[in-house]
Parts: sequence; C-alpha cells; structure tokens
Amino acid sequence: MFDTEFFNLGYLDRLSYQNTFIHRIDPRIKLISSLMFIVAVVSFPKYAVTGLLPFFIFPVLFLTLGDIPFRFILKKILFVSPFAVFIGIFNPLLDSQPALNFLGFTVSRGWMSFVSIMLKFSLTISAALLLIATTSFPGICFAMQKLRIPKAFVAQLLFLYRYLFVLMEEAMKIVRARDMRSFNKRGKGIKHFVPLIGVLFIRTVDRAERVYNAMLARGFNGKIYSTKAYALTMSDILFIFASVGLILLFRVVNLTTLIGRWTTG
Amino acid sequence: MHMADALLSPAAGATFWAGTLAAIAYCSKKLKETMDEKMVPLMGVLGAFIFAAQMINFTIPATGSSGHLGGGMILSIVLGPYAAFVVMASVLTVQALFFADGGLLALGCNIWNLGIYPCFIAYPLIYKPLAGSGATSGRITAAAMISGVVGLQLGAFSVVLQTLLSGRSELPFNTFVLLMQPIHLGIGIVEGFVTAGVINFIKSARPEIIESAFSTRPIAAGVSLRNVLVGLSVAALLTGGTLSWFASANPDGLEWSIEKTFGKPELPEQPQGITHSLKRVQEATSFLPDYSFRKTGEKTESAGAGEKAEVWPNVESGKSLSGMVGSGIVIGMILLIGFSIKAVKKKT
Repeated sequence: MFDTEFFNLGYLDRLSYQNTFIHRIDPRIKLISSLMFIVAVVSFPKYAVTGLLPFFIFPVLFLTLGDIPFRFILKKILFVSPFAVFIGIFNPLLDSQPALNFLGFTVSRGWMSFVSIMLKFSLTISAALLLIATTSFPGICFAMQKLRIPKAFVAQLLFLYRYLFVLMEEAMKIVRARDMRSFNKRGKGIKHFVPLIGVLFIRTVDRAERVYNAMLARGFNGKIYSTKAYALTMSDILFIFASVGLILLFRVVNLTTLIGRWTTG
Repeated sequence: MHMADALLSPAAGATFWAGTLAAIAYCSKKLKETMDEKMVPLMGVLGAFIFAAQMINFTIPATGSSGHLGGGMILSIVLGPYAAFVVMASVLTVQALFFADGGLLALGCNIWNLGIYPCFIAYPLIYKPLAGSGATSGRITAAAMISGVVGLQLGAFSVVLQTLLSGRSELPFNTFVLLMQPIHLGIGIVEGFVTAGVINFIKSARPEIIESAFSTRPIAAGVSLRNVLVGLSVAALLTGGTLSWFASANPDGLEWSIEKTFGKPELPEQPQGITHSLKRVQEATSFLPDYSFRKTGEKTESAGAGEKAEVWPNVESGKSLSGMVGSGIVIGMILLIGFSIKAVKKKT
C-alpha cells in the first residue's frame, strides 16, 4: 500500500532490504563514503563542468550493482529539482560573459555555472537516495550512533521510523474518508483541515501512551538496544579504500580534459 | 523551502552542520537531564505524526493551490523547545534520506533553518510571552500567527544567506531577499493559522495534554533569555567564521582585499576613529551585494585541482573542443560500464 503513496516511501524502504554486493557493505562505510563523495562534488568551483563528469560512475555502479531501478531514482530526483532549477536559472540570465567557444557557438559563463549546479544537484541527490536505497534506515541509524551522534537523537530517529508507517496508514484513512465526503475542493479548506489534524494529534498522543505502557511491560528502562551485529569485513575495507581513492583522484585530476587532450592531440 | 546541496559550498555546509550538531548534542544532554522516559515514545510518535499530517493537504484560500503543515511551532508548544528541536531534526533527517529534500550536506542548514528559529527564537521569545500561561484562544491565535511568521521569515532569510555565502548562485542579495521573504510571509501566515487552530482544538478537546505539557516539564520554563542570547551569539560567531573563511578564499569579492592586492587604498586612512570603524563595517557588509563579481576567485579554488587554472577571458576553441570530446568519452565509458554490469547481471 505504501509503494505508491507519499513519495514511494515504502518502496524505497523495501529496496533497502535487498541482498546485493552493495547492500551487504557495512552501513558505516557507505555513510562515510557517501559524505565524502558529496563534499568532493560540492567543493568543485562554480564553473566546473568537465571535472564533475567522472563522478557519475558512482551512482551508475550503485544503481547497477545494487539492483535499483534507474527510472525510479530519476523520477525522485526530478521531483525535488524545482528549487535548485529555480535558483540556478538566474545564473544564465545574470552572467552572460562568454566562457567557451565551440564550433561557432559561444557558451556563456552563466550557462556553465547553471550546468554545474545541475550536475552537482543530480550527483548529491542521487547519493542521498542511493544511500538509503542500499542501506536500511536502521542501518544508517546504527552508523550514526557509531559516528558519535548523540544516542537520544538516534533513538528518536528509530522511533520515528518505527511509527512512520503506522501513522501514515492512519492519515491515509483520514484522507480517503475526507475525499468521500467532499466534492471537488469543497470541504478541503483550512476550516475542516484543522480538526482533522487535531484529532490525528490526539490519537497520536494516546498511542504514545499505549506504546509507553507496552514498553514498560516489556522491561523498558530508558535504553535502546540494537540486536543486529555489524562487523567490518575484508570487502568493506576494500570498498572504502577504492571509493576514497577514486573520489580523491577525480577531485584532484580532471580526467575529462585529460582524456580530451589525449584524443584530440 | 529546503536548501539544496548543489547551491552550497563545503565551507558553508560544514559550518551549519557544526552548529546543528552542537544544538542536537546540547538538546540531547538537556533532555537526558530533565526528561522522564515517557517522553521517548511520545517524541518518536509525534515525529511520525508530522509526516502523517503532511500527507493531508488542504486548499489555501484565494490561491487554489494546496499546502501542508510544517509543524515546528506545534511541536514547540506541546513538547517545549529541546524535545521539539530533536523531533524536528529527526523529521528533516528522514526527509533528506527518503525524499532527497535538499541532500545530506544541506541537511545541517535545513535543520538550522527549520529547527533553530521556531524552537529557540520564535517559541521562547515570541509565543511564550504573548500567549502566557492561562492563555485564551484569541491570544493563542495571535501568538501562533506572529511566531509562525517570524520563524519562517528567519528561516527564509537564512536560506538566502547560506546561498550567498556559498557563492554558487549569481542572484544578487536584494533580488533574492525580495523573492524569498514575501513567499514565506504567505506560507508563514497559513502555517500560523493552522498551528493556532490545532492548538486551540487540542486545548478544547483535551486540555490536559497542553496543560500537562506546561506543568510536568521543567523544560518549557527552562529556556531563559540568557540561553537564547548565548545561542544567538554562537550563531553570529559561526556566521562570522564562514564570512572570514570566504574572505580569505575568494579575495576578489571584497573591496578591502582589492586594496590589499593593489596596495592602493582609496582614502588616506586614519588608523583609528569612527571613519575607520565605519569603513570596516562597510567592508564587512558590502561584499554581499557585490558577491556576483568573482573574476579570479575561481582560480584560487581550482588551483587545488593540480593543473593550471583556466583564465576566463581566454576563450580558446581548442581547449573547448578537447573538453567536449573528453566529456563525450567519459560519459560514454560510464554508460558502457553501467550497461555491461546490467548485461552480466541479467545472464547470471
């Protein structure tokens, strides 16, 4: 039921429980290398275009090796793109100095920086999506805890995630019921929205009370334990070395212009 | 509005991450000290509630478009600032991962923009004094409205600052502010209206939830003006830190450094006195409108790329050609690798 609802949250969650080479890599390793990847991409200067291209090998490898459907990720990227496009599109309008000349066409600096923003956007957003699609959410929480993120916050994330689907189901019921008794836009305004949210809130607080009682009955003492044990394996270590090495190589050497220079002489 | 990775520089992203992490650590510590363990499930389930509430759209009057709840103020009013901030941070983290709202580097900025301002400025400084303890529904409505608007305005302004500090966008400061603030004024009013409605609804249906929230928690009362001032000055320091970071990385945007480079100050400067300090203020502020003028700054940044940095006025066909050919080959190679992995996987 969650596959199609609310940004395919359930589908993305289900993808993360596959068993492929990428999925098996330790969450800590994937989190750290994803963060390094993002910082490396973002650290490119404003007009960088060619230097960013080699980085696309990472999402391609994650998509193919991790069995993640490309169209699904693409759709999600396009869905969140408006803000970056909206801000970026001012660059070509405001900066029209020529940057390069190709077969008679002159490309302005503004377009270069716009393309750069879009490349960075697709790389960083796909990094976040592919991280969650190949590492389960509890796995990421575990990695965060190991990276010294405060325990109270990690526990909060785990709790939120645990009850996310329960409450979403409740919200879906509310939406369905409202759709059935309202025609077109009548009955969908703020006036009727507020009591719906109010009721949902009160139900939520009552649920928290029941959850707490159930936890007490099972011996809750304020601490939260993880049952899944993670241990670093040889392939984890190889993966981190390979990814860090490639990220550094791509960041320091502009492979694209290098290859271009070789081939064009 | 969520900040995006692509518009951030690493320095700006890291700075706000540092601020956000410090706030999370501080709140976690505070919660540990004061909280009864009953709050653990309540906070978790209320985080999920925010998501569920966001699934229910409503039509915004006069525009015909639909909106959904943000939730920062409701959480602050019910849970108090510390718990509300941790819940907001968790909600935004899940959004960054599952919906790719913004991205992971920008998450620090987003938690800052949507968490710090409602929880630590709008709630303690505006909502609490205005609503008071034995609040009537009229006062709650006014207080929620004003604090909602102020919180979002600060958040939107913060997005502008983060974008300008990063220098990836050409948008001048004034234009950007004029774009962002009015949009968020509208959103803030709607959000304030919904917040007020929901709080009043809960108060009339189940007054004990809000009353117990006020009485059993020492947290709500624990936000003193001193703490907020300390927080604000930390924020100012962080922002100043980023500014100076940029000042050293991109000298050209700043007038003072032009003077430094060419060794020709415009005025015979007095070493001390009011003109001097005024000038310093001007120097510090003047680079925001001028931020789009970056001519050689990129050189200093890309110098780390290990090869000779390109000088922009130098439009050279040969160089462009090799760049194009190289791009084609790199993209081709990546696609080839992708398709061959897929082909191999299908066979096995």
